[in-house]
Amino acid sequence: MREPFDNLRPILVTLNLSVLVLIFCFGYLLIGDQVVAMFDQPKPMDMDAYRASAATAAAEDVDRIENGIHVQSGLIYAEGFDIVRGTCTACHSAKLVTQNRATREGWEQMIRWMQETQGLWDLGKNEDAILSYLAQHYAPEEVGRRANLDVEAIEWYVLDLE
Amino acid sequence: MHKKDKKGIHELYAEDPLAADKQLWDREPLPNTRRGFLKKGALTAMSLVLGAKMVHAEHFPAGMIPAALAGSDQPFALPGKHPGLIVLNDRPINAETPPELLDDKLTPNDRFFVRNNGIPPENVDLSTWTLTIEGESAAQTKTYTLAELKQKFTPVTLQLTLECGGNGRKEFNPPAKGNQWSTGAVGCAAWTGIRLRDVLEDVGVKSDAVYVGYYGKDTHISGQADKVVISRGVPIDKAMEAESLIAWEMNGKPIPMLNGYPLRLVFGGYPASASGKWLSKIVIRNQVHDGPKMTGQSYRVPCKPVAPGTKVPDEEMCIIEGMPVKSLITFPKTGATLRQRQALPIRGKAWTSTEKITRVDYSIDFGATWQSCTLEPAANRYAWQQFSADIRFPEIGYYEVWARATDANGIAQPMLLPGWNPRGYLNNACHRIAIKVTA
Repeated sequence: MREPFDNLRPILVTLNLSVLVLIFCFGYLLIGDQVVAMFDQPKPMDMDAYRASAATAAAEDVDRIENGIHVQSGLIYAEGFDIVRGTCTACHSAKLVTQNRATREGWEQMIRWMQETQGLWDLGKNEDAILSYLAQHYAPEEVGRRANLDVEAIEWYVLDLE
Repeated sequence: MHKKDKKGIHELYAEDPLAADKQLWDREPLPNTRRGFLKKGALTAMSLVLGAKMVHAEHFPAGMIPAALAGSDQPFALPGKHPGLIVLNDRPINAETPPELLDDKLTPNDRFFVRNNGIPPENVDLSTWTLTIEGESAAQTKTYTLAELKQKFTPVTLQLTLECGGNGRKEFNPPAKGNQWSTGAVGCAAWTGIRLRDVLEDVGVKSDAVYVGYYGKDTHISGQADKVVISRGVPIDKAMEAESLIAWEMNGKPIPMLNGYPLRLVFGGYPASASGKWLSKIVIRNQVHDGPKMTGQSYRVPCKPVAPGTKVPDEEMCIIEGMPVKSLITFPKTGATLRQRQALPIRGKAWTSTEKITRVDYSIDFGATWQSCTLEPAANRYAWQQFSADIRFPEIGYYEVWARATDANGIAQPMLLPGWNPRGYLNNACHRIAIKVTA
């Protein structure tokens, strides 16, 4: 006579399998689209470029200045820097400052536009310091009707045509 | 010239870690635990950047740089975007695609440029997202759920080119304010959705309708909750064109969050700012729409040509109603060196808001002589067209390859910059790449 346990074994195996299938289905419902999305899309970045290491003390870098540039914001470190950083980056990235060039009048127009349409407040006596900083350090350069290609910036490479 | 520096991830986190989390990953600390709460979409985005699924994401403290990215000064990729995109601005997010990443026939979702005026909405719930049509010239006010839009109207897929009105701004002199786009605020994708006109007709358009305006769910960077970020639109005739879409898919996939998920307008041939993202409302107007960035000097050029640097009063500025003929060399990347015995294959894209591009030529002698390229037809109106050629160089030395497209009306791209305008729009000067030929 067989042990009852032996009779139970195939039932238990079936039950276990069922539970596994259920778990898989559940898992797929929960994270399936993410997993699919991961396989579906091209690898978004070269991970070799990212060194796995302990988090660096980003906070210590907040005030770092290199070659006259405030590293964190990219702004030129000079008289008026603090007030410009404090005012401009309250709303938008410092990159919106550093990628632009204008005369004092041009910068003033941008400030007026921001005051009229974007909710910028009255800058009071700070305005003069801000304008002086911007006009001095982010002034337009004469580039003519069309500049040369920036040959210095080109990364030359051998084109593989095989 | 303006140096384009890429934003390091540390920079963002150092400025305001919680804000950086929210902006980059759509992750917020829970009020009680201060643990980063990852929404499903954000988790996917973060996982994509890390290249692997992040385990125990719920225990990941808000405001901390993922360990795999820590200790790196490398530029980071925007969520769902290719790391090769050049980030011009991180608040609001603006990023352009280098020409060599636009070589695909259709621009992949992760390579499509980003031009955001505000902050994309959080907590997008497809089951509760609605689109409301209203306005003086609407016969009624009507609201549709996403499901209703998909069921009620005939779906359509079209290849449509979107280009920012300010693409090429960087070259204007005197400089114009705003994001200093180089060449990459353009892309062409297969958009799936429904025709805007089908929806407008279902609502009912009064005979006095002149314009259609949009409202989206993005929020203002100043944090003012009720401030409309941008609300532009198109004339009613443009809205009724067969190619004007309300879209929910891009290249067969949901539209990326940064490009307007879950619903947006797509108007090929118009400045891309007319194609509202995170679309929630359309107004049918009996006047030219006057939402933010429709008026003043935004997306307008002088009605009559002006000398460089001229101050132009608002009333003499006219709305841009079509992007000019333009082309881009997408292969090879600038800076290629090759042997003189080798022929150089070039490839590129050409597009226009008019009927079609009829020819593309290239020059290797600074525009003195031009040779024709092979040009493929467009899949549909407002789709970009592919061109190619094989170039032989007469001797060794430094060359520039210039490309010039011409439309069906005989209008071609200028070699120098086109007419200066105060805000730096519509630069369609021919694209140039540098080549060195060696013995």
